[in-house]
Amino acid sequence: MRDVAIIGIGMTDFGEMWNDSLRDLFVKASLEAMDDAGVDHIDGLVAGCMSPGLFAGQEHIGSLMADYLGQAPIPGVRVESACASGGMALRTGIAYVASGMHNVVLCGGVEKMTDVSGAQATYALATAADQDYEAFHGVTFPGLYAMMATAHMHKYGTKREDLAQVAVKNHDNGLLNPHAQYRMKITVEQVINSVKVADPLNILDCSPITDGAAAVIICPLEMAKKMKKKPVVKISASTHATDTIALHQRDDITWLKSTAEAAAKAYKMAGVKPEQIDFAEVHDCFTIAEICVLEAMGIVKKGEGGKATREGLTARDGKFPVNPSGGLKSKGHPVGATGIAQIHEIVTQLRGEAGRRQLKRARRALAQNMGGSGGSAVVHILEVL
Amino acid sequence: MITPAIVRRNTPHRYRMEAQKCAACGKVFFPPRLVCTCGSRKFKAYALPSEGKVITHTVIRTAPRGFGDEAPYCMGIVELKDGSRVLCQIADCEPHRLKVGLQVTIEFRKIQEAGESGVIAYGYKAVPER
Amino acid sequence: MAGIVGYGAYIPRYRIKVEEIAKVWGADAPSFKKGLMLREKSVPGPDQDVITISVEAARNAMKRAGVSGAKVGAIYVGSESHPYAVKPTGTAVAEVIGAVNDCHCADLSFACKAGSEGMFLAYGLVKSGEVEYAMGIGSDTSQGAPGDALEYSAAAGGAAFLMGLKNVVAEVECQYSFMSDTPDFWRREYMHYPRHGGRFTGDMAYFKHVRGGVEGILKKAKGKPRDFKYAVFHQPNGKFPMKMAKDLGFSDEQMKTGLLVPTLGNTYSGASPLGLSAILDEAKPGDRILMCSFGSGAGSDAFIFTCTRELPKVQGKAKKTRDYLDTNPFYLDYGTYVKFRRKIRKNVED
Repeated sequence: MRDVAIIGIGMTDFGEMWNDSLRDLFVKASLEAMDDAGVDHIDGLVAGCMSPGLFAGQEHIGSLMADYLGQAPIPGVRVESACASGGMALRTGIAYVASGMHNVVLCGGVEKMTDVSGAQATYALATAADQDYEAFHGVTFPGLYAMMATAHMHKYGTKREDLAQVAVKNHDNGLLNPHAQYRMKITVEQVINSVKVADPLNILDCSPITDGAAAVIICPLEMAKKMKKKPVVKISASTHATDTIALHQRDDITWLKSTAEAAAKAYKMAGVKPEQIDFAEVHDCFTIAEICVLEAMGIVKKGEGGKATREGLTARDGKFPVNPSGGLKSKGHPVGATGIAQIHEIVTQLRGEAGRRQLKRARRALAQNMGGSGGSAVVHILEVL
Repeated sequence: MITPAIVRRNTPHRYRMEAQKCAACGKVFFPPRLVCTCGSRKFKAYALPSEGKVITHTVIRTAPRGFGDEAPYCMGIVELKDGSRVLCQIADCEPHRLKVGLQVTIEFRKIQEAGESGVIAYGYKAVPER
Repeated sequence: MAGIVGYGAYIPRYRIKVEEIAKVWGADAPSFKKGLMLREKSVPGPDQDVITISVEAARNAMKRAGVSGAKVGAIYVGSESHPYAVKPTGTAVAEVIGAVNDCHCADLSFACKAGSEGMFLAYGLVKSGEVEYAMGIGSDTSQGAPGDALEYSAAAGGAAFLMGLKNVVAEVECQYSFMSDTPDFWRREYMHYPRHGGRFTGDMAYFKHVRGGVEGILKKAKGKPRDFKYAVFHQPNGKFPMKMAKDLGFSDEQMKTGLLVPTLGNTYSGASPLGLSAILDEAKPGDRILMCSFGSGAGSDAFIFTCTRELPKVQGKAKKTRDYLDTNPFYLDYGTYVKFRRKIRKNVED
C-alpha cells in the first residue's frame, strides 16, 4: 500500500446558496482544489453526498460531476454513509490511490439542502435513521441526539449549560472563518433560551440546513513530495467503523461505539497516542454530539465531555482545540460536504494558512465524521511533513 | 414511507410486538433478524412484554413530514420488562411528566398515514399510567 | 349456556367541556348542560380511531377471558366511524389479538346499534356451536357537525365482548330485537357529518324503539323491570335514557351504574356496550342486567344477562371502564379539539 498525501483543497462558502445548484457547488469546490494542487487532470473522482435524490431529485452524480468538471470519461462514483459521506469519499479515494489503482483522485463532498422545504429536509435527514423502527415513529435527528443528551445528563450529570458551551465555543471559532454560514457570537443564555427543537436541544444546539461543497486532491505521497509546491500533508490514518443505526439497539445510549472503534484503530494506524494530536475537527451536528465524541475518541474520560468543554479544554486557546473552523454548528452542515470540509480546515491549519484563526500548534490533527446517530464513523489523522 | 406492502410486511411486529429469541445464545431481537450476532440462524418466536419504563426521552417540536399536526409530541426509548428496548412515541403524556424511569404500557395507535386517501399505518406507542 | 366470557372497554384520555364548545358558538352552556344532562365528552387523540379503540377494548376482553386469540372464530366491529369506508376494521383487531387467519370478520353499521349487532351475531354463532369464541365490538369516534347540538355529545370510546360457552361470566338469558324503517338520523355517502330530524328523533325514534326493545324482551323472558339489578339503554345524552327508564318503570338506582354519558358523551356504537362493561365491572354473581341499544334508522337490540360466579375472577384482570373515564382526564380547548378532529383547513404538506 502506498502512502497518500493531500495536495489540493477547495471549498465554497457554506450557507443558503440560492444561485448555485448541486453541480455548481461541487464543480466550484473541485476547480478550486485542482487549482490549489496545480493539476488540470484527475484520474478519478469520488463524490460524497448523502441524499441528492431527496434534496435535489438527482442521483447518478459520480458521472454528472465528472462530466461537469470536464473530466469525463474518468471514473466517477458517489459514496454514501449519511452525514459521514464526505469522510467516506476521502477514505474511498485513499483506497484507490494507496492500492495503485489511480494516482490523482479528487475526493469531494456536496449537499444542496435548501431547494426543499424544512419538513422535507427533516424527512430526508431522517432517512439516515432506521426507517422502519425509528423514522417510522416520527423521530427526527435532533430527537435522536436529544435522547442521547437526556441520557447523558441523567447518567453523568452533564448540565444544560455544558451543551450550550459547545455551541458558544464553536461560534467563537466560526466568527473567524470566512466560509462559515453563521458568523455570529452567541452566549450560553441565548442558546438556552432559543427556540426548542427537541427537548433538551434548542435551535442553537443544532447545526443548520446548509448548501455547500468541499473537495481535496490526493495522490501518492512520493508524488506529492516531488511537487513541493506547498507543505505536504500526509494522511497517516484512515479508518471507518459501524454500529447499529438504531439508537435504541445500543447497550449504552451515550456511547458512540463506531467513533471509539474508528479512533482507536486510527491512533494505532498512525502510531500515535491521543495526546500527540494537536487539534481535531469533529462532527458536532448537535452540541451533545461533540461531548460524546470527545469521550469516544479518548480525549476525556466517559462522562467528562461536558465538564471538559466547560473548563475550556476544547477552546481555540485550550489544550486540545476542537473545531477551529466553527464546526458544523457555525460553519454549516451540508451533510455530504462536511467530512471533506473538516479535511479542508485541517489542511489549512497544517499549512499555516488559517489567518486569524490559525492555531499555534498545528502539526498533526484528527478529523472525525459521523453518520446518523453514530451508525458510522470515519476518522482521519493528517500530519504536515 | 407508507405503502400497502410495507404496512402488511410489518404487521406481525407492529401489531403484536412479535420478536424472536436466538435458539443458540438466547438474545432477543426486535424486529426479527435472519442471523444473530452470535452467528446462529435459528430463532424461536417470542412476544415482547407490554410494560416497561422510559430510559431516555425527548419532545419533538419540529416534526418531519406527516407528523406536523401532532407536534409537540413525546418520544422515548422504552426498556420493556424483559430488558428489550423499543423506540416509540409516548402518547397521552404532557411533556412535564417525562422522566427517566417513567412507567409505561404499550398501546395500539395510529402512527402515520399515506396522505388523506392512502393507507393508514398502525403500531405501538408507550402510554404512561393516567 | 352461551354468554360473555371476557369483556373490555377503552376510552381516550382527552375531554372537552360543554362550556368550551358553547363559548365558540355563543350558546348558553348551562341550558345545554341541563337539557342534555351532560357536562363533558371524550375526544380521541390525533392517533386514535375506531381501529385503535377497538383493538384496546379487544385486548382487555382477551385479558379477562384468558383464552388464546387463535380460538376466536369470528370478530364483528360495529361503528359509524370506521377509519376506512372500504377495508375492514375487524381484520386489524384479529391481527392484534392473534385470531388470524382462521376467523370470520365483518364490520357492521346500523347507526348507534352496530355494536350490539356484533354482540348478537357473536352470541348466535357460539350458541349454535359454529365457532368456539366470537367477539362483538361497539366502538366510535363519533362525528357531530361544528355548531350542531351533536357537537356537545359526540364522543369516542368502545367496548368488546367475547362470547363463548365455557367459563361464562354473564350468561345471555334472552335476546330480542325491534326495528322499523325510520329516517331520524343519517349520513349520506361522502358527507362528513351526520344529520338528524331534530325533535323527530325523540318520540318517533329513540323512545319508540327502546320501548319496543325493552317491552319485547320483558314479554319474551316473562320478566318485569324490578327483576333486574341493573339496566342500561343507549345514551345519546343523559336525559333520554333516564326519561325512558322512568316511563318503563326502572329506577335511578338500576340505571346509575351504566349511565356514563354525563362525563363521557355519546359514544354512538360504543354507548350501551360501554354502559354494560361498567356494570360488569361492578356486578356480582346472580345479578341480572337488562341492556337495550338503539340505532337510528331505526331499531334496538335488547339482551338479558345473568352474572355468574366466574365474573368476580375476571373483573380485576384488565382496566375498568370507570378508571378510563374518571382518572386524570386531559381537557382540551376548542382550538386543539378541532385540530385533533381535523376540522381545520390547511395547506397540503409538501
